[in-house]
Amino acid sequence: MSVNTQDNHAAVREPVPGSPPGGQPRSGSSPRGRTPRWNWRTAQSVKGASLTFPFLAGFTLFVLVPVGMALRESVYTTRSAGGLGFGGQTVSFAGLDNFAAGLVDGSFWAGMLRVFLYALVVVPLTQVLSLALALLLDAARRRTAARFRIALLLPYMVPGIVATMVWIFQYSPTVGPLTPFFEAFGLDVNFFSSSMVWVSMGNLAIWGALGFTMLILYGALQSVPHEIFEAARLDGASELRIALSIKVPFVRGSLVLTSLLSIIGTLQLFDQPLLFRAVTPETITRDFTPAMMIYDQAFNVGNLNYATALSVILALVVGVASAIIYRFINREEP
Amino acid sequence: MSDTTLVPDAAVVPDPVARPGRRRRRRLDEGSSVAEARGSSRWVVLGVLVALTLYAVGPLWWLLVAATKNQRELYTTHGLWFSQLNLWDNLSTLFTYQDGIFGRWLWNTVVYAGLGSLGLTFVALAAGYGIAKYRYRGRGLTMGLIIASFLIPGSLMIVPSFILFVKLGMYDTIWAMILPGMFGSFSVYLAKVYAEGAVPSELMEAARIDGAGEYRIFFSMGLRLLSTAGATIFLLHFVASWNTFMWPLVFLKGVDKWPVMLGMYSWLQRGMDSTVDLTSLVVTGSLVSTIPMVVLMIAMQRYWRSGVTLGSLK
Repeated sequence: MSVNTQDNHAAVREPVPGSPPGGQPRSGSSPRGRTPRWNWRTAQSVKGASLTFPFLAGFTLFVLVPVGMALRESVYTTRSAGGLGFGGQTVSFAGLDNFAAGLVDGSFWAGMLRVFLYALVVVPLTQVLSLALALLLDAARRRTAARFRIALLLPYMVPGIVATMVWIFQYSPTVGPLTPFFEAFGLDVNFFSSSMVWVSMGNLAIWGALGFTMLILYGALQSVPHEIFEAARLDGASELRIALSIKVPFVRGSLVLTSLLSIIGTLQLFDQPLLFRAVTPETITRDFTPAMMIYDQAFNVGNLNYATALSVILALVVGVASAIIYRFINREEP
Repeated sequence: MSDTTLVPDAAVVPDPVARPGRRRRRRLDEGSSVAEARGSSRWVVLGVLVALTLYAVGPLWWLLVAATKNQRELYTTHGLWFSQLNLWDNLSTLFTYQDGIFGRWLWNTVVYAGLGSLGLTFVALAAGYGIAKYRYRGRGLTMGLIIASFLIPGSLMIVPSFILFVKLGMYDTIWAMILPGMFGSFSVYLAKVYAEGAVPSELMEAARIDGAGEYRIFFSMGLRLLSTAGATIFLLHFVASWNTFMWPLVFLKGVDKWPVMLGMYSWLQRGMDSTVDLTSLVVTGSLVSTIPMVVLMIAMQRYWRSGVTLGSLK
């Protein structure tokens, strides 16, 4: 209320700049007066704040509202009143029924187990390989490293869908070069069989992530102060020892971050298995991963309420998994 | 969401921090490097690097070679070396198949990625600049929302966004592809970090004394000072929306509205289902839709690598 009246005063006063601010004893010290100046600052920051309005409006509509809707939709059930979807639908409050059903849904948790086991192998493998690659680059001549780096980054520049299709072709027994390659060693490998499909997808994931993770870790390695290496060498440490005891602890922060991003992405695995499904639908079922099951429930089965409940469960699992990994890796801080 | 696709780019490389060090080191090591491996271990390092590079480049080499072959040779000749050069025929088949639907898909992709990125760049620069350069009530809350939204996994957004878009009449329109991506919180975060460093408050104060209003300062000074940030945000989002797949799969029904990735998926699927063999089309299409990305990423390395960097600096 008081702010408003001051604003009015300012509006009246401002057209006459430099006029003595009569009736405001406090402002005597400065010629312009304190009250108008304060209002000028307020107007300034209001304008500054208004620059964020377009973002906030869009963010509310396209992020906050859907999150709210996810929570809302998941506590309702929709049933079609008549048979075959005719005769309208009835929406009724279901409480936590959808979540209860989701928590005991065998195929959802089977998918969850699949991606967890997959992540358990693929994420550490990607990190270790990328770290080794970054250390190797760091050990090579600068100019050599620059040349290798761009080649190693190529897979990162390839769209994920194209990368998946290219590898599907590599694995293909008819057009791919891998089948004849393994046959030369007397191995008959079917890359799309149910036992091999995880290896096939894991290889693809590592291929796609290797260069980028390497870039991040390599960048982190560049910021290690070089005096430390000199000191370690004088103390008689071997290059390998320096790499393991000095360089690796230095990039721990980056490792935490790349692992987290990798875990979050892997738990929501969707694109790759869907493309593999196009080739081998009998191995990759429609509820192969949690994200695939959500998609299937929502857009093939048409049970949007249940699909949202499953999305919320998946989001919680991703959040908890990230938190655990973050704590786990950060715990043994030296 | 496009935002989550962006997050992998948001990783940590303290590159600007590293840069002075690197330069200093290079000068120091003109002759022999202190960090370099010497003697036989150098050859081991090189050998492993070459092997891993072959692993990285091999499949792409196959793609390049395969795109030059006709359908029959694809099956009969060795995958890693050229046969008869059939690239032009493949390209003309690709662009004429089904009345040139592939060209349409490419165009759609350019439109979605271009308009969306342009919008996002302006929205994010304005918001980031506002948050970085002004003190007002609600600023902390905005930042809190932005950081909290990093934790929302993309798969949570798909189904409720679908319900929302159907209600808004945006389902199966190009707006479903362009609008939602324009409000990525990570880009705002990026813009804020840049603005803190790139826009000096003294300069803004000087502009104020010269009588410029706040909006004028932003449009004629702030935007110019933030052009690097703008290029980075534009590039990262352009690449992310070029590659996006699940979003159009859910939100676009009409074949003529699809972006190129979804279109090629439909070819892959159909090629496997029926007697038509579309392998050659998918291979050539893969190559054609990848080349712009590779060219863009190599040409604009400076920008996306600095974007990758900034995520780490907080």
